[in-house]
Amino acid sequence: MSKLYTGAEIVFKCMEDQKVEFIFGYPGGAVLPIYDELKNHDDIKHILARHEQGAGHAAEGYARSCGKPGVVLVTSGPGATNVVTALTDAYMDSIPLVCISGQVPTHLIGTDAFQECDTTGITRPCTKHNWLVKDVKDLAKTIHKAFEVATTGRPGPVLVDIPKDIQFQKAKYTNFKKQKKLNGKSNNRFSQKDIDKLIDMMSKAKQPIFYTGGGVINSGPKASEKLRELVSITSFPITSTLQGLGSFPGDDNQFLGMLGMHGTYEANNAMHDCDLMINIGARFDDRITGKIDEFSPKSKKVHIDIDPSSINKNVKVDLPIVGDVSDVISLLIKTIKKNKPNFLKSNKQNTSKWWEQIAKWRSVNSLNFINSDKTIKPQFAIQRLYELTKNKDTFITTEVGQHQMWAAQHYKFDKPNRWMTSGGLGTMGYGLPAAVGVQIAHPDKLVVDIAGEASVLMTMQEMSTAVQYNLPIKIFILNNEYMGMVRQWQELLHEKNYSESYTAALPDFVKLAEAYGCAGIRAKTPDELDQKIQEMIDVKKPVIFDCLVDKEENCFPMIPSGKPHNQMLLGPNDQKQNKITGKGKTLV
Amino acid sequence: MAKSKSAYSDPGKKGKLDTHIIVVWVDNEAGVLARVAGLFSGRGYNIESLAVAEVDPKRGISRITIVTTGTPQVIEQIKLQLGKLIPVHKVADFMRGDKKIIFKEMALLKLVGNTAKRNKALKVCKKFNPVVLDKTQKSVVLQITALRRDIDTVMGDLKKFGLVSVSRTGAVAMTRGAEIFK
Repeated sequence: MSKLYTGAEIVFKCMEDQKVEFIFGYPGGAVLPIYDELKNHDDIKHILARHEQGAGHAAEGYARSCGKPGVVLVTSGPGATNVVTALTDAYMDSIPLVCISGQVPTHLIGTDAFQECDTTGITRPCTKHNWLVKDVKDLAKTIHKAFEVATTGRPGPVLVDIPKDIQFQKAKYTNFKKQKKLNGKSNNRFSQKDIDKLIDMMSKAKQPIFYTGGGVINSGPKASEKLRELVSITSFPITSTLQGLGSFPGDDNQFLGMLGMHGTYEANNAMHDCDLMINIGARFDDRITGKIDEFSPKSKKVHIDIDPSSINKNVKVDLPIVGDVSDVISLLIKTIKKNKPNFLKSNKQNTSKWWEQIAKWRSVNSLNFINSDKTIKPQFAIQRLYELTKNKDTFITTEVGQHQMWAAQHYKFDKPNRWMTSGGLGTMGYGLPAAVGVQIAHPDKLVVDIAGEASVLMTMQEMSTAVQYNLPIKIFILNNEYMGMVRQWQELLHEKNYSESYTAALPDFVKLAEAYGCAGIRAKTPDELDQKIQEMIDVKKPVIFDCLVDKEENCFPMIPSGKPHNQMLLGPNDQKQNKITGKGKTLV
Repeated sequence: MAKSKSAYSDPGKKGKLDTHIIVVWVDNEAGVLARVAGLFSGRGYNIESLAVAEVDPKRGISRITIVTTGTPQVIEQIKLQLGKLIPVHKVADFMRGDKKIIFKEMALLKLVGNTAKRNKALKVCKKFNPVVLDKTQKSVVLQITALRRDIDTVMGDLKKFGLVSVSRTGAVAMTRGAEIFK
């Protein structure tokens, strides 16, 4: 007879078979048997967060930066409800997470027991799938299935709820054999014909554009390599969503910058005026499209996505290609090389006028801002951070708000998996715990959380985690004492009624850093900025960097609500600004 | 134009709504109906009626029949979103007017009144295979099977003949001829 294992042992057997190295979690009554088992598994390291939301975001940061699923372990009741924000965040941004939650013993389920909640009910809409394990014999199968669901197709979070009595009960464990190529063919529903059709459209296009998103990153590093090759053999311009940054080098001449609500003038105008839009792994989010009825009215649209339900959800497309980005691009490149060896040459003639137009838009220099020698402009702070860290293979996380958009605009990424930001859900408090997870995955790399002072206070307690595990994360706070993006909207749309967007009684971040046992640095003027940033980089400890920036700077360019791409508000430096702002203000 | 102060765009033009019957084959496991119903409520789709029961006890497969309304784009989304749920095996979709499909709903009707009234009531239902399930001196319980609209009409007509209680199912559907749903 084969050996019997407890439910808690089976959880770790599964983790080992899934090659899990780190678990982010927080103990509690209903998961104690699993925590008790932890000591017998040296190859799995538990990272103790200070709040389950932090554990969830840390697992997200880990997953995003290294491509492996993040594993979260929480207790029942409040443990489970606290992790809901992170699960939803991972669901919106397609991040593979496997969350194991404890549950009250099966005989108490439904009795309103201590720390009981309907975990599978609560997390149903924010996971790809979830399971309540009611029989220990199903446990191993369920956990392995959970990993499969989280990591295949369009990735996402899953949750396995394990009642405490199941963690004690015993069952057999048969070793898990990973099925080959789970993620392969089954998701690909495209044919050579689709590719041929796409190449035909590409060869006729005079004003083409690639619009790429997080799907390229999720498809793995090979997809980014293939994308670079595709862009170079076509000589088409390319723009990226917030989530797609890094899949194509940010300083390449064919890159138009980020598009969308705070995207560049050239990217948004090119999207509006193009005649062929090739969407690769993006989802026509409302921050991207602006007013749907006037979104890129003249273009034929191609949509490459692994998730069939993304096709035609927001924008009707002419050619859907359902498949893994990497596979689609590989076949596309192969076919172009075989059938159209002169593609690049003929295409350069086709698109020369288009590139001239793009150059005109570029000359507007829409990311420009009026610098100051007295106060630190937030954009300037990010530019300096970029210049001083760009040669270091730096990993950047962010919170949510103005600082996030400035980071996306002014920090140039040239590799995938280096940029971790909460795009879909827009979760303030994401960046600090995410940085913890990133640093766990890459202990020797520089990890910077570009933060706002309001966001970072939401999960500030995770500094304690960073200190405990000697994670030298750098929290680079652009401190303007306002919830900057809220303030900006109030200025532009609510007659400067700054309702509740100013934070009085902020902590002294330098002292706060010291209280946590890390280093605190403050920069007040532009002259001292470089030296202070260098100091931050050189400290081999976690750092909270309090960068005091202009309190009333707005994030431009900006597409106001309900406007098409070609009606942007530009920054104060632009001469056309008054005209556009005036018109924009009456229309928004 | 009214000033919009929303960070979101204004709603675009509303398309024409069609009624569709969506048939879903699912694993008969805990929470599966909540998943399907939650998907509809969470994404703002309508459920006009719902019928669900296990149809293959051996494999544990249940068949869910949902009547819904939506623009063609919404109906397409409903199908694709349902297809993504892990316990869902397949999804079929039919227009209400589709001649190749049989749709049926069942209703139980309780009428209280004298014999003359009850006989008249039976006459009203005649087209819809009325079955008398229970009869007393004062009352009768009828079963009819028909389309939703027909049952609506019958209910209206029966009001004056002593209709006191109605219990109805959701629609179930089946293709005509030898074909089965793919």
